[in-house]
Amino acid sequence: MGMIRKSEFLSLRSSEGIVHIRQIARTWAVEMGFSLVDQTKIVTATSELARNMIDFAAGGTMQLEIIDQGNHRGLRLTFEDKGPGIADIELALKDGYSTRGGLGLGLSGSRRLMNEFEITSRVGEGTRVVVTKWK
Amino acid sequence: MGNEYKTKIPEILKKYQQELLNDWMKEQLTAVTLRSDLISEQELRHQAAEFLNLLQKGAESGNITNIMAPEWDDMRQMLASIARFRAEQGFSAPEAATFIFSFKQPLFTHLFREMGQDIETLTNEIWIATAFLDKLGLYVTEIYQKSREDIIDRQLREILELSTPVVKLWEGILALPLIGTLDSERTQVVMESLLNMIAETGSYIAIIDITGVPTVDTLVAQHLLKTVAAARLMGAECFISGIRPQIAQTIVHLGVNISDVVTKATLADAFILALKQAGVTLGKPQHRL
Amino acid sequence: MERTYGERIPILKIGKFLLVTIQVDLHDQMALNLQHDLLERIRKIGAHGVLVDISALEIVDSYIGRILGNIAKMSKLLDAETVLVGMRPTVAITLVELGVPLQGVRTALNLERGMEFLRTSMREQQWQGAEGSDRADGNDKEI
Repeated sequence: MGMIRKSEFLSLRSSEGIVHIRQIARTWAVEMGFSLVDQTKIVTATSELARNMIDFAAGGTMQLEIIDQGNHRGLRLTFEDKGPGIADIELALKDGYSTRGGLGLGLSGSRRLMNEFEITSRVGEGTRVVVTKWK
Repeated sequence: MGNEYKTKIPEILKKYQQELLNDWMKEQLTAVTLRSDLISEQELRHQAAEFLNLLQKGAESGNITNIMAPEWDDMRQMLASIARFRAEQGFSAPEAATFIFSFKQPLFTHLFREMGQDIETLTNEIWIATAFLDKLGLYVTEIYQKSREDIIDRQLREILELSTPVVKLWEGILALPLIGTLDSERTQVVMESLLNMIAETGSYIAIIDITGVPTVDTLVAQHLLKTVAAARLMGAECFISGIRPQIAQTIVHLGVNISDVVTKATLADAFILALKQAGVTLGKPQHRL
Repeated sequence: MERTYGERIPILKIGKFLLVTIQVDLHDQMALNLQHDLLERIRKIGAHGVLVDISALEIVDSYIGRILGNIAKMSKLLDAETVLVGMRPTVAITLVELGVPLQGVRTALNLERGMEFLRTSMREQQWQGAEGSDRADGNDKEI
């Protein structure tokens, strides 16, 4: 657990909102001084996870937090939706597995792009994905 | 120390605010650790005043033991920025922490003034004060150390980038001779700068030469492969040259798949292949009769 | 914040090639519109090649990656070669990490090289056509 320095809450309701959410994530990443490559990874992971929420749950919320843990500072993003949930998380995390004709890389890809990845989901209740990138 | 004991420190801070500031400034200005070359008296005074202000606010909460609690968030934030400032300005560690520790004397003086008659209370208060200020001082030192590490990391990175220069062999052909042990961090830095160079020079072939690299582990091999893949996505091709038998064995044993990467034993061979692809023909020297 | 949904990306014609320069953060609808418009144009002018300039794109996620892949595949069916031009290093690194295949999509460092490639491949196609290969030659398409 770390100390939360700053926090912001956004809600996402349509696919147009994905671009807006990406811009916010980029602003935070730039402010925190992440390298260009890391900025790109953060914003891309944001795009993937945000899109998942739109495609599967008609929207959701994203929370951004700056975390201080010991010597490190990190950006933590929490994506939460009240969608149908994921029955088989293992399967969902496999590269290429997609239930909507996509590339099936949203979850697995985001995991690779970020340093920490945590997913909880209950069928019929919703899904929560928490990702963190450390500086 | 029981929680029922109510410390008088908040009152003292409020009552003697101006005197404490003046006395503390005197302490700092006469300390051997003063760096008047790195910080002005005005700035120092400003920082001291802010510290006192936050100290008072935080102490009013009643918690003068746990500096990580929310009531001390603002104080920690201020101290962190003071620590970072000193790290960047080139203060030494003792010089950075003295800011806090030099406050003890003025505070004790006023504690004595206020409750010198009551030895027991005075002792309690001094104990509470010193324990707390020590924690703050240690916190400053911790942040200072972290900042120094960050600065060194940054400088190291810059040196790494300078020490692995990318060389232009021909129009459109780059070479990156890697020398020494590669670790994950260094490989990433180097690969990023290679890709940037490819973009900047518009080169379509990059030869990564690892003749001077003794060993390669899985992570490094994977980084190399990712770089080749990334370069391809950009529209450039990478050759890897200088793979020695040991490294070839390691790569195969690690199960890393480099079957779709062009590899050559020497940089020269790779260069010749690159020229061929670039449509350049090398003529043999004409014999003169 | 600008409302740009439904905005269409301009498609330029350069001889028998089409050039698309993507300069904005693509909304999903825009990407779909682009796919549609491009294929229409290819069909209409019997284009031989498409250059998609993504040098201004700071982010390419799996969705956009899929659109770009689709554009390449669909164009190929209409006998036009697609070249993705100017991908940024940071985008390339991220796409590799993300695992977006983009296989079979031709890429070039810049417009110049992209054009070079298209011209060369067009010449090769014409040559093959002249040799009498029984592969349907799209060069003579007139619609």
